[in-house]
Amino acid sequence: MRGDLEGCLAQIIMTETKPANIAPHLIPILEQVSDPEIPVLTVLDLGVIREAIEEDGVIKVKLTPTYSGCPAMDVIGDDLRAAFVKEGKEVEVELVLSPAWSTDWISEAGLQKMETYGIARPLSESADKDVLLGNAKKVKCTNCGSTNTHLVSQFGSTACKALFKCDDCQEPFDYFKCLK
Amino acid sequence: MNNENLYNYILSIADNSLILAQRLGELCGHGPTLETDIAGTNISLDLIGQTRSYYQYAAKIQGEGKTEDDIAFLRLERDYKNVLLVEQPNTHFGYVMGRQYLFDVFHLMLMNELLKSKDDTLAAIAKKGIKEVSYHKRFSGDWVKRLGDGTEESNQKMQEAIDDLWTYTDELFDLTEADKAMIAEGVGVDTSKFKEQYYTEVSDLLKEANLEVPERKYFTRGGKKGTHSEYMGYILSDLQYMQRTYPNMEW
Ligand SMILES: [Zn+2]
Repeated sequence: MRGDLEGCLAQIIMTETKPANIAPHLIPILEQVSDPEIPVLTVLDLGVIREAIEEDGVIKVKLTPTYSGCPAMDVIGDDLRAAFVKEGKEVEVELVLSPAWSTDWISEAGLQKMETYGIARPLSESADKDVLLGNAKKVKCTNCGSTNTHLVSQFGSTACKALFKCDDCQEPFDYFKCLK
Repeated sequence: MNNENLYNYILSIADNSLILAQRLGELCGHGPTLETDIAGTNISLDLIGQTRSYYQYAAKIQGEGKTEDDIAFLRLERDYKNVLLVEQPNTHFGYVMGRQYLFDVFHLMLMNELLKSKDDTLAAIAKKGIKEVSYHKRFSGDWVKRLGDGTEESNQKMQEAIDDLWTYTDELFDLTEADKAMIAEGVGVDTSKFKEQYYTEVSDLLKEANLEVPERKYFTRGGKKGTHSEYMGYILSDLQYMQRTYPNMEW
């Protein structure tokens, strides 16, 4: 179990330009908090926790938003507080804007969970531009795996997603837009 | 107040986003198609998110214990500093996309400069918002092209919108006292620097969209100084209704 946790932490550090400072003993609590809009992802999978430390018995968490207006952030803040209070801990959650969140901060485990959930993973920045302008077929259908897909709408059900449709199996699905 | 110029400067940027977001919000459930409806509210949400960051910062600068909500909901019309362009009505979809595009081009240029601000908070808000704004511009620019280069009717309606909205574009580059003071401190953006670039970019897209670039010598202005068009009162009566009716209410 412990090995798993360390592996998780290493992954967070590797995928970030400036490593998030997360105390290992807080990870099990942070893992209980998920994104209300993509419930299969924990806040750690999503890479929105910039810092989680314990100082003089007080837990200090720095949270960064995915999009400026993401309404999930208020909920995540409340859920984080609730999770730590439940463990009998005092907690302060602070929202930080800089450095700006990037889809690169989503962990590989998170990307895999997202795909299983039915949201295609973000492509590279240039490929993302191509698919969102409808110039290229590169987004993989989460249902059948075909890349014979097309853009239906640049804006989707939440700020972070665009809507696609598969031309092979005809299923609509979400694509998580690349943000860098 | 410690820094009145900074406070006013933050509001002049934030109010544009708030009022445009409110206009876009009016379209919720009324967009011409489901996709454009969702796009309008998504853009609105991005703008409200940016506004919240600005207002939270402004409230801190003000130092009177007020919140972002006080600034958003409890000011009088004359205290809003948004440009006239963003308060123009959603007459038809051509107006919605025309207004958006004319603002997005300016907004992106502003954000690109604000990144270099000596004020760390403003630079961070710009850094966060710039990706969103470039996405907005891609969407609105595509629609201006699609409508301009579409059918005879869509071309005519898009042209009508651009002709009407053009009169509000010059105000984007007006510099108030707060602007000048903040530019001098390396905090604010000197928008006059990219005015020419703005008109070149917009004109190029209009030509590509088979639209005529309006020729105009006189422009309408006043919003930045608090002198708004007749639409503003109606916008605020919607926007402020809950706080005026049930003071201090919370969700
Ligand atoms: Zn498929």
